[in-house]
Amino acid sequence: MKLPHPRGPLSDAVTTLVSSSLGTRTSVDEVARLAVDESTDLVTDEDVQLALYVMNELAYRGFDGVDDDWEWDPELLSVRRIVETAFEDVLRRVVQVPTDVAPERSEVAAALFAMTAPTPGPSVARFVAKRATREQLDELLVLRSIYQLKEADPHTWAIPRLTGGPKAALVEIQADEYGGGDPERMHCALFARTMRGAGLDADYGAYVERIPAITLASLNLMSLFGLHRRLRGATAGHLAAFEMTSSLPNRLYGDGFRRHGFDEATTLYFDEHVEADAVHEQIAGRDLAGALAQQEPELCQDILFGAAACLYLDDLAGEHTLSAWTAGSSALRAIA
Amino acid sequence: MTGTRPTTIVACPDGPILVRGDAQILDEDGKPIERRRATVALCRCGASAIKPFCDGTHKAIGFSAP
Repeated sequence: MKLPHPRGPLSDAVTTLVSSSLGTRTSVDEVARLAVDESTDLVTDEDVQLALYVMNELAYRGFDGVDDDWEWDPELLSVRRIVETAFEDVLRRVVQVPTDVAPERSEVAAALFAMTAPTPGPSVARFVAKRATREQLDELLVLRSIYQLKEADPHTWAIPRLTGGPKAALVEIQADEYGGGDPERMHCALFARTMRGAGLDADYGAYVERIPAITLASLNLMSLFGLHRRLRGATAGHLAAFEMTSSLPNRLYGDGFRRHGFDEATTLYFDEHVEADAVHEQIAGRDLAGALAQQEPELCQDILFGAAACLYLDDLAGEHTLSAWTAGSSALRAIA
Repeated sequence: MTGTRPTTIVACPDGPILVRGDAQILDEDGKPIERRRATVALCRCGASAIKPFCDGTHKAIGFSAP
């Protein structure tokens, strides 16, 4: 994919640095310190979240014309650390995490199901099912594309960091995410098919310029957890919360696309998730997160933090989308 | 490989029945129901819209397993 356009001084410094020849030294860490210190809200800071997204993306697929070795460049790593530390600090401060959960399999699973219990009231999924216009369906797909075209990848990083039952549980879920070995059924491939069915560009990263900070933050959270072995518990909790809040909304997303006359091939992505995530949430809650808490009790709080942080950012992203749509405006980032 | 893992059935607390392994799922006329994944979740609350599979509805209706 192409390097995105900068949204402020830090993303400018980062994209400029990785466009230079490897080994260039430009004191971007000073720019990073200033950017995170002066940010009024890191989670919705377009400049900071885009800069973090770009640095993380070097670990996934990289960018056209950018030397792959920037991924492990010491200066860039130190910049990433400054931003990640500030991002994690903010989340540790604001996210409410239950503190009375014993590190036992069934207790942790029950706590995760309680945290993710369905709630009545307005949601993006209900809006999509009943009211979304054709253009809003496109916006939904564009917003989701930044993660869904690499669906499952951030959590896969935890596999080599786990052992025994929790490792097997994560592999069981991820194997299904990757289509059980059938490239056509990989969830990212099904999402690409849905995008093409709606007439959108399914190329990886095609819409990054339109993705607002809060949506980048949701993805940056997964990358933060996935890239750090220290945070393997948070990855397990994040995946559990993600799966537990997926089946019912995907039913509603599918309904919205059917309401607009889309065929089965286009809604397959959503229909697949209704069935798959009803399986995954059970495995993720008990055999992955629950069993991991029992196996490594010191990870219990991180498991719950990972779940709570996932829900916190997803709620903010949902509010962003819903308030834009109900006001009749676009949920996408405006570009000149 | 020495032998295969046996088919297992797990009743999830207040949730579906997880089936892992080579079980064939049949409809009431004895016709096989297509399985699209290695592990499937069968509806236990009766309210799924994609029976015999689970779609998570048990959580919305507050299902409590007997």
